[in-house]
Amino acid sequence: MSAISTSSSAGDAARTPERPKRRSFLRLLLRNRLAGLGLVVLAAIVAIAILAPILPLADPNATAPANRLLPPLSEGHLLGTDELGRDLLSRLVWGTRLSLFMGVAATLVAALLGSTIGLVAGYFGGRLDNALMRSIDMLMAFPYILLALAIVAVLGPGLLNALYAVAIVNIPFFARNIRGVTVGLSHKDFVEAARLSGMGHGRILVSEVLPNVMPVIVITMSTTVGWMILETAGLSFLGLGSQPPQADLGSILGEGRKVMLTAPHVTTIAGITIFLLVMSINLVGDGVRDALDPRLSAGALARPAPVTRIARAKNADDAAPPEGSPALAVRRLSTRFEVGERIYRAVNDVSFTIRRGECLGLVGESGSGKSVTALSLLGLVPSPPGVIRAGRVWREGEDVLSLSREKLRALRGGRVSYIFQDPLTTLHPLFTVGDQLVEAIRAHRPASHAEAWTQAVALLDRVRIPAAADRAEALPHELSGGMRQRVAIAMALANEPDLIIADEPTTALDVTVQAQILALLDELRRESGLALLFITHDFGVVSQLCDRVAVMYAGKIVEEGPTQAVLEAPAHPYTRLLIACVPILGSGKRALDAIPGLPPAVDRLPDGCAFAPRCPRATAACKEGEIPPVSVADRRSARCLYAGEVMRAATEGSAA
Amino acid sequence: MHLYIAKRLAALVPILFGLTLVVFFIMALIPGDPALAILGAYATPENVARLNAQLGLDESLPVQYLTWLGNLLQGDLGRSYSLNRPVLDEVLERFSATLILAGAALVLCTIFGLLAGIVSAVRQYGLADKAVTLLVLVGISMPSFWLGLLLILFFAVELRWLPASGMYAIYGGGDLPDLLSHLILPAATLAAVATGVVARLTRSAMLEVLRQDFIRTARAKGLPERRVIYVHAFKAALVSIIPVIGIQAGFVLGGAVYIETVFQWPGIGRMLVQAISTRDILLVQGGVLVVAASYVLINLLVDVLQSLVDPRVKA
Amino acid sequence: MNASTAPILETSGLGKTFGGGRTLLGARKPQVHAVRDVTLAVAPGETLGVVGESGCGKSTLARMLVGLVPPTSGTIALDGQALTDAAKAGPRAFGRTIQYVFQDPTSALNPRKTIRQILEAPLIHLIEADAPARERRVAELMDIVSLRPEFLERYPHEFSGGQAQRIGIARALAAEPRIVVLDEPVSALDVSVQAQVLNLLSDLRTRLGLTYLFISHDLAVVEAIAERVAVMYFGRVVETGPVDEVFRAPRHPYTRLLLSSAPAIGARAEASDAPQAELPDPTRPPPGCAFAGRCPNVRDDCRTAPPPLVPMGRGRAAACLHPLPAEGADGPA
Repeated sequence: MSAISTSSSAGDAARTPERPKRRSFLRLLLRNRLAGLGLVVLAAIVAIAILAPILPLADPNATAPANRLLPPLSEGHLLGTDELGRDLLSRLVWGTRLSLFMGVAATLVAALLGSTIGLVAGYFGGRLDNALMRSIDMLMAFPYILLALAIVAVLGPGLLNALYAVAIVNIPFFARNIRGVTVGLSHKDFVEAARLSGMGHGRILVSEVLPNVMPVIVITMSTTVGWMILETAGLSFLGLGSQPPQADLGSILGEGRKVMLTAPHVTTIAGITIFLLVMSINLVGDGVRDALDPRLSAGALARPAPVTRIARAKNADDAAPPEGSPALAVRRLSTRFEVGERIYRAVNDVSFTIRRGECLGLVGESGSGKSVTALSLLGLVPSPPGVIRAGRVWREGEDVLSLSREKLRALRGGRVSYIFQDPLTTLHPLFTVGDQLVEAIRAHRPASHAEAWTQAVALLDRVRIPAAADRAEALPHELSGGMRQRVAIAMALANEPDLIIADEPTTALDVTVQAQILALLDELRRESGLALLFITHDFGVVSQLCDRVAVMYAGKIVEEGPTQAVLEAPAHPYTRLLIACVPILGSGKRALDAIPGLPPAVDRLPDGCAFAPRCPRATAACKEGEIPPVSVADRRSARCLYAGEVMRAATEGSAA
Repeated sequence: MHLYIAKRLAALVPILFGLTLVVFFIMALIPGDPALAILGAYATPENVARLNAQLGLDESLPVQYLTWLGNLLQGDLGRSYSLNRPVLDEVLERFSATLILAGAALVLCTIFGLLAGIVSAVRQYGLADKAVTLLVLVGISMPSFWLGLLLILFFAVELRWLPASGMYAIYGGGDLPDLLSHLILPAATLAAVATGVVARLTRSAMLEVLRQDFIRTARAKGLPERRVIYVHAFKAALVSIIPVIGIQAGFVLGGAVYIETVFQWPGIGRMLVQAISTRDILLVQGGVLVVAASYVLINLLVDVLQSLVDPRVKA
Repeated sequence: MNASTAPILETSGLGKTFGGGRTLLGARKPQVHAVRDVTLAVAPGETLGVVGESGCGKSTLARMLVGLVPPTSGTIALDGQALTDAAKAGPRAFGRTIQYVFQDPTSALNPRKTIRQILEAPLIHLIEADAPARERRVAELMDIVSLRPEFLERYPHEFSGGQAQRIGIARALAAEPRIVVLDEPVSALDVSVQAQVLNLLSDLRTRLGLTYLFISHDLAVVEAIAERVAVMYFGRVVETGPVDEVFRAPRHPYTRLLLSSAPAIGARAEASDAPQAELPDPTRPPPGCAFAGRCPNVRDDCRTAPPPLVPMGRGRAAACLHPLPAEGADGPA
């Protein structure tokens, strides 16, 4: 049937996987300047503490009543002496050593016991989980420090007892954290895959789950060790930890407190030491967390601005406002994601026009830039990292991207509205659907809550939600997927828009529900004459709903034209192959026409036509220079040097 | 809603029961002979045995527990030997002082923590964000007992603006302004760490929520940015902030131990430290039990609050 | 298909109930019958497609067949041998005969293991192969799924979805199973990659003489790869038979609804004549046919008891008291 049918071995399978540069953990850590500073300070403190026995220090416990409470910089006593005349510098160094040891030891004990409980409870679940976590809850029923006090009360004051107390108190923290992560992991497919590979539970826990939990354990440890040092120091401060003459930082501070008014230097110096130690540990801990949590290091936690950053080159060759009065006209739009030095050209020189009352389908695979195009139109691309680098979006003689914030806000959800893909995540989970509709109405016109509520119920009725008045009181999670998407459509209709931008509105739905939603959209569109930009990956959906279709590949529209004409005789090889590789119901059992290879990564687009490496027709000319769209028929164009031939071949093929 | 609260109240019974078990048996583990501690080192064996019988300590542990539980239900927690007064009276008196201190600290840390966290998230990477981040870091790295000493040295000793210790002035005090002036320093000290924790969590919860799809929806329907942040994002962020405030409640209740010692506040924390040193077991037992039980109630309140914000938990 | 060949995979009255039991206070916990009374037989070398919408129980069924989910009732027989206590037998008992390919290829690969470690696991634990044998087999597997041998030392995140699914297929084939359960193996992939993987799968089936149970929500994909199909609705098989016949002339109204809902190039969007009722509440199933609420042909007797799956000739069966006419006018859209 087709000359370009390829065997399965081609393409994707042969492509060398992308190998991201593995940055060393230390480099990631040091990229964070504060963490680097913390690391330097901490290293210095740890070095001094370790070297304490060989440093030329006075005996920390040698009393000398004659030299009591010497101020700092006294002869022979750099930091002065305490109320028993002991050298403060020496006591501090030895005290730091002790505090550090206590904090680290308590952390290790808590981490070991807590993580084990968490891992076992989380992995096995059921009764074991219940029993373990109930006992952990019992521990947590006591306020934190109070529990440590109770434990010290049982064990009696003393250094080791304080250590145990602090460790026990922190077990629940580790257990709960690790359990949470483990529960998530043990429902992951790869754990089941390991079971299918014949591995037993113990082995899976150790070799499959633990390596994935380890970063969390390390993060939890690094963020709690400072806290545990404070905690043990606190018990010593109260006289319940280290006992004289042995002193950690807490007991030095506690002893100094008695002479605070006459010799404030003792408490001050001890306090500063604890503070520096804990602060440096916390800085390093935060750095470790950021370095180990890829979400944070990718800058993904950046807050998206209310409007996409628009930074268009001046004097760019912008077309004049479009002729006539289309619902929307996009001219040479380019949107990029700029992450560090990488530039992802998500939308590249995209132009299209939607006439009033017309439905345009925007088709493409994931990563083709179709959703980013849709979001760019009203500046909804998250930035950072999104930036609109070029182009105009024309509406009623005005460039939408040049509008003031307030005018743009009025346009959003007013004359132009959106419907998104997954209505469970796109509706606010904590407000009733009625309230969310009321809000949409009142953001655009003055209405009392009661009036708006009546309108909201009417809207729900209009999208054929049964018992609309009752459903208005429901929260999104109380509705089915299909009902939720109807609510989203009602919200889009709230202010009688003339254009709706629907971003894969049926992809998350089952086919029978999808059919209902598509029928509803089609009906609404015809009844109110609104224009629709419909984004999808499914040609079947496009052909049911859209007057015109635009096909995107690697950020560009490669072909555009009336749906019927494009489907019958595609002018771009990509369109043709994409249609061919989707199995069509009713064609029977057969091999499919696969497209070899993969779409290019949009941060490394090849020269010339981005589809050339996968294209059976590609010639040397395809791989150089920009390939502009060429008109192949009335209101029909394609970005292909051989568009005419491709189209003719398709026509002949279907005629034959 | 009522059903939910009723359910939670019912679930409280086994927890409180478990609490009495834990507290009783932990205290039973304490080595040493309480009678000996009461009578002192020079007591005769006969006297010790008689006192043990009097205290019911010659019975088996379960019997002792049941007796103790029975007395507890009648409001009798025993008698403190070191203070020579009923444990319950002492504990309640001290606990009310702690509640004032911890309550004030909780209010402070909630208000300032939320504000700082929101500002920090909204002005991410801005000057305010950096300042908040630094303050938070200082706050959680500072030993609260030292911070308290510093504040005393500065505000009470140097500037003489505020009293250094106690709950009321010894002469002529006792009214509300007097209490407030004594409360400011310890409450601020106690709130410092908790404020840092709340601010940090509020910031990350807000940032997390602001990336969610429903925020994009809110913007796409043309809501003003103020409403997007302070209504849509904040309400969703509260779901993860409220439990942390609950944890902070326990934290300030416990942390009060240090602060009460530093500021000589007549609260239950200081009482416990003293009771541990004098091995006044009944006093420790009563104190721990009352604080833990109140913490359980606070957690219930937090859960109810949570269910008000997030109706999904009712299910 | 051929009545004389003994089925390689057979289930009888297979069912799975989640939840249930009582809380500490004695209140009944809600119970969901994810799969009810499924009786299927798959002949060696055949591909049985299982279609249905989300929540119909097709994934639970698939996971019972490989031992990931213990069934609450019914039996599974592999190669004529009944697994006597299927509820207790773990995946290890199934693994050498029947394997599984996951829907989401990236989540099915442990991010902290190399491809070699992933492929070796079944060789070590299922067939206890020694090191040289493993080395040989791993190289062979990479060749079978057309991946280059140097990829073995890489980690999963370095691969595209299509490549990751090839690795998932290689792992499933490692211990030389005779049956492979494919749980929506291409629905997480882009259409252009989907076709590559589907072609690889049919290629492997002929080359290695495998038997497939192919689960999908996409009727067109099932039609392209399977010989027989079982349509599931609300935990039950409502219709089975040869794919082309079932899709050309469905006997169960639900199959017809599915077929007419599939968006096809050239068709217009139309609301089906079926009422827009949703799936019944799974914790409170209706007494009769679960589809009755949406069925245009519903009559009173439909609501009394669940209709049994009755043979309709030519290897077909449907669970409907009032089936559609045998060669009706209702072809696929």
